[in-house]
Amino acid sequence: MTEPSDIRAGRPIPTGSSFELFAWFFMRVSGVLLLLLALGHLAVMHLINSIHTIDYDFVAERWSGDWGMFWRSYDWLLLSLALLHGSNGLRTILDDFIRPGGWRTFWMSVLYSATFIFLAVGSIIVFTFSPL
Amino acid sequence: MEARFKILRTPPDPKEKPTYVDYTVTAEPTDRVLDALLEIKGTIDGTLTLRKSCAHGVCGSDGMRINGANRLACKVLLKNLAQPIVIEPMKGFRVIKDLVVDMDGFFAKYRAVRPYLVNDEPPPPAERTQSEADRARFEDTTKCILCGCCTTACPSFWSDPDFAGPASIVQAHRFIFDSRDRAAEERLDILNGKEGVWRCRTIFNCTDACPRGIEVTRAIGEVKRKQLYRKI
Ligand code: SF4
Ligand code: SF4
Ligand code: FES
Repeated sequence: MTEPSDIRAGRPIPTGSSFELFAWFFMRVSGVLLLLLALGHLAVMHLINSIHTIDYDFVAERWSGDWGMFWRSYDWLLLSLALLHGSNGLRTILDDFIRPGGWRTFWMSVLYSATFIFLAVGSIIVFTFSPL
Repeated sequence: MEARFKILRTPPDPKEKPTYVDYTVTAEPTDRVLDALLEIKGTIDGTLTLRKSCAHGVCGSDGMRINGANRLACKVLLKNLAQPIVIEPMKGFRVIKDLVVDMDGFFAKYRAVRPYLVNDEPPPPAERTQSEADRARFEDTTKCILCGCCTTACPSFWSDPDFAGPASIVQAHRFIFDSRDRAAEERLDILNGKEGVWRCRTIFNCTDACPRGIEVTRAIGEVKRKQLYRKI
């Protein structure tokens, strides 16, 4: 088999890891979970309670007491799934629209850093928060 | 009837710019685009360059963009087209001249998925039999004629020439789902990478382009699912 030299022709298909498979699967699973979590969130925040009564005390109370750990986990799951789902979607878009090279590396770095920072800050707050 | 054409002519010298050239020929409404192109080549401009062979939708050599959609010139009737009929080479491959594109990479990817029966078990006395149901499993993808219309209609391929492309996945599907074949794992490995099935974003352009009516995106989806089930 001769290797095509022209860039437009592309090189033969490389074989590799299953990362893309898991990323693809994660998008489907997290999509379904996010839908359920978001509906639950909507019901609690907007239907059962009203945004006019939700304030610091409401959240502080919800995050403590017997159900505290449940709501913290709920909110953390919502946060982390939404972040990872969104950033993986953005990764795909960058992959599609920016050719390999400096700019792609730059934007990927921005994306990965932002994801990491938001995830870290969010997790720290959700799990170390203690009411005043 | 008069058939007016606007054909994108690309000179073989990459330094010269491609240009649209107008041609008008008299033809029957039931003539095919290929007939008209050959009329132009035969009576107006002999330098117009295109590939064709069977002229019956079987060999897959005259895939091109006709009014913006990838079609076989020998399968489209003039009466079904808005005029002027715009003819361009398939998009995403390097153009060699006019409507002739470089398909070396396309066929390299085709060969990479091992598009032939692989089975090292000793052959039975007569033949390797297969039930009707097992045969029906991959009937759709046996119809591929490797015209390249699907791959060059795929936005993922336009943006990434290294993407395996729908055609090679269709060819792999043909053997992955063949009960007599034993190399499914190997083909799935080849198509598991970033440039394999996961580059497909389910845009359905390929299904729309296929002159053989193959449900290309469905075939790709089946290969994706098979990847998933074998890893998870
Ligand atoms: S369905 Fe997949 S392979 Fe087909 S055109 Fe869309 S991205 Fe390309
Ligand atoms: S799947 Fe259809 S469009 Fe693609 S190469 Fe085969 S026959 Fe052509
Ligand atoms: S010339 Fe053979 S498919 Fe059109």
